[in-house]
Amino acid sequence: MSKVLVILETAGGQLRPHSLPGITCAAEIARATGKPLHLLVLGAQPGEAAQAVAAAGYGAAAVHTLAAPELEPFTAEAWGDAIVHAARTLDASVIGGTASSTLRDALPRAAAILDAPLVSEVVKVKSGDTFVRPISAGRALQDQKVNSGTFFFTARGTEFEHAHPTGAVPVQALAAAAVSTRGAQVKGVQKTESSRPQLTEAKVIVSGGRGMREGANFKILEQLTDLLGGALGASRAATDAGMVPADLQVGQTGKIVAPELYFAVAISGAIQHLAGMKGSKTIVAINKDAEAPIFQVADYGLVAKWEEAVPQLVELIKARKGAA
Amino acid sequence: MKILVCVKRIPDPDESLKFTGGGLDYSASKWVPNAFDEYAIETALRLAEVVGGAQRLAEVIVLGIGPENQRQQLTQFLAMGADRGIIVDADPDKLDTATVSKLIAAVFKKEACDLLIAGKLSQDNEGGQVPQRVAGLLDVPQASFAATLEWDQAGKALTVGREVDDGVEVKRVPLPAVVSVDLRIVLPKSVKNGSTPATHAYQEGPRLASLKGITMAKRKPVAVLKPSDLGVAAGAGEQVTGVAAPPARKAGQKVKTVEELFDKLTKEAKVI
Repeated sequence: MSKVLVILETAGGQLRPHSLPGITCAAEIARATGKPLHLLVLGAQPGEAAQAVAAAGYGAAAVHTLAAPELEPFTAEAWGDAIVHAARTLDASVIGGTASSTLRDALPRAAAILDAPLVSEVVKVKSGDTFVRPISAGRALQDQKVNSGTFFFTARGTEFEHAHPTGAVPVQALAAAAVSTRGAQVKGVQKTESSRPQLTEAKVIVSGGRGMREGANFKILEQLTDLLGGALGASRAATDAGMVPADLQVGQTGKIVAPELYFAVAISGAIQHLAGMKGSKTIVAINKDAEAPIFQVADYGLVAKWEEAVPQLVELIKARKGAA
Repeated sequence: MKILVCVKRIPDPDESLKFTGGGLDYSASKWVPNAFDEYAIETALRLAEVVGGAQRLAEVIVLGIGPENQRQQLTQFLAMGADRGIIVDADPDKLDTATVSKLIAAVFKKEACDLLIAGKLSQDNEGGQVPQRVAGLLDVPQASFAATLEWDQAGKALTVGREVDDGVEVKRVPLPAVVSVDLRIVLPKSVKNGSTPATHAYQEGPRLASLKGITMAKRKPVAVLKPSDLGVAAGAGEQVTGVAAPPARKAGQKVKTVEELFDKLTKEAKVI
């Protein structure tokens, strides 16, 4: 019987949390199609991570593993091969996962090899073959229908709940497959070291824009961020100007985020930025320009200079914390 | 070395969208090149040219899929400095993503290219899958979301800085290969070809066409192919069955002071 197969990402023997919304989206597709949900862990030695996933179960029938040394570090080439092999071996007809930079790289490659369509950045499952996805920087929502027995999907992480543990399920190892990096070599990842939560996981995000003028000025935003246990973000204008690293960019071409609380400080609110954060629950905008478009999406707008407003806000929060 | 760059025209992303019952009306839209495709051409040109010398290290071919009137869009890329153009004459609205990818892969093979450079996504449909699909079809390595690129001419390979969720991944891919480019590939020192001095700083962003470039573009060859010439049949793996405006956020409120803001956040929204 054909299956819905979710490709998971793991690190240090554990599931990476950003994979969980992809499982939820897949579970909805499984319900809509009546197909069972299966999970796949890839890696050089995927056993330990697979056991951790299987202990939680997440509503799946089984967790599968595919082991090959070429699967670490990640390359789209080797992962593409592995995903194709697993899909064929398991008779999976719906294959997907969270729209991370990893799966956005590997899944289209695998889909092309299997000559199957891929629906990217799904935000809602309408039926077993029709999905809602944002287009044009989130200004429109498109219903896309697939006309194919086999198809792929990526799920936008901010639009689906994290899958919940349901109880232990079995782990099954797939037979070895020929996977190849096609000569590609990964030399390493220059990570932005931070003790703060990941942007895509944070409950609070404080973002700064062009109006911050220079990187040193982000210090005050970092204070606010850390007081609230949040993550630091930025608009494209700020990352392009080199004020903060590029991976802090929130927007159509950066990270898509939806925290409980989003501060947009000295950000005018270009469509491309709004596309990355307008799913946030509460949006606060602080900008000295009363006409800035950011105020159109903000729940609370304060027309003020950040130089005055942010330090004041920091003091008020500190005072409250001290009193509590 | 032959570099293929695929480009797409899109309705001007700065115009507001016109919703019709279940669709979008682009009939009055101004059509502009997808910004990421302009970055792709800029990347190809930086690889191909030697700043301070007359030598060209690569031929840059620009490929558009669309009706014959798309020629104008190609002209702009030819005026920027691409050497020649290819149009696959087809209605892009009637082609699914898989078919578009097959057409690009077929042109890549027909021209015996060494490198495909493409934008990482189109700003209108935001599928973000064509370059990766082409790499899969061609069975060559891929470097998606490139922010930096260094060409090792002797080693016939590219070292690519890829923007991934955790930071920047450095990946070396042997040619032939497929690269999709991200925003920061057009920063002044993002692309190094091993011949232009490594210290050279380009002007940020895709270059503007010069007057001479515009004149020369008219004389550059543009071949027109049919999908059938490439042995690709149109598929319909996916179709759009509706388009709607997203729900609007309810109007917010302006607060006058930081104290008032703090008060609202703690007592009304209860988020801090």
